[in-house]
Amino acid sequence: MIVYTFSFYLFSTIAVLSALMVISSKNSVHSVLFLILSFVNAAGLFVLLGAEFLAMILLVVYVGAVAVLFLFVVMMLDINYIKLREGFLQYLPFGVLLGIVLIVELGIAFFTETFSEMSLVEYAQMPEITITENTKLLGFVLYTKYFYLFQISGIILLVAMIGSITLTLRQREISKKQIISDQNYADASKAIIKKKIKLREGI
Amino acid sequence: MTSITIDHFLFLGAILFTIGVLGIFLNKKNVIIILMSVELILLAVNINFIAFSSFLGDISGQVFAMFTLTVAAAEAAIGLAILVVFFRNLGSIEVEKIGKLKG
Repeated sequence: MIVYTFSFYLFSTIAVLSALMVISSKNSVHSVLFLILSFVNAAGLFVLLGAEFLAMILLVVYVGAVAVLFLFVVMMLDINYIKLREGFLQYLPFGVLLGIVLIVELGIAFFTETFSEMSLVEYAQMPEITITENTKLLGFVLYTKYFYLFQISGIILLVAMIGSITLTLRQREISKKQIISDQNYADASKAIIKKKIKLREGI
Repeated sequence: MTSITIDHFLFLGAILFTIGVLGIFLNKKNVIIILMSVELILLAVNINFIAFSSFLGDISGQVFAMFTLTVAAAEAAIGLAILVVFFRNLGSIEVEKIGKLKG
């Protein structure tokens, strides 16, 4: 139990501090790296909660794909970051005030009810989580009860893929490419011309 | 030392959510940081989902957290693609200039 408590506070402290660094760092590359640190610690918290599969998914999808995508975009765009930070201090008092209000409201919402006695909530009867392994349990419901949602999320990913490709695709004038139909209609009689060349005269 | 209950996880989610909202307010010019703040907000939502799933003994929360991850990945891809096109056209990623997209 001590180890569990210690791990929770370790992971959550690092996650919160790196999240703060994400929004306050001067360099956007550092922001992305702190975002990665925050996600890794959140994955640790997921393991503490018993969701091992989602923790690994978080590592693979977020740290492996999304964060690296962010890193690519940040490094690809040539931006003057100092100019972008103008107005940071101007909005700071208002932002902090709004943050305090938001967190107090959320705290009130969470701590007026005790969630440990949530017997009134009627949730779907599922097999006990501790009985079998997490991935197996997720697979049982994902392909039966939530099958349509699973398919729809696949369609969402397909649409996102096609959308981002069509958005960023552009035809450049200087780039050379094949025209397949011209190559297929090429005729040897037109491509090659036989000429009789006289000696010492050239064409 | 008290044992960890669901309230600890919910409060952590609240803190991360607030940091994400704060990031949107503070970095009004940098769209990349705003997208990262949205990712932080979605992470807070996921922590709430999984905390409830774990403490109620119901696997549905984890399934929905997975769908949230899917939507978040799609959103990041589309958002960054729009950002790249925007930068290509205007040479800047300041949020104020996005009004030009109205045409």
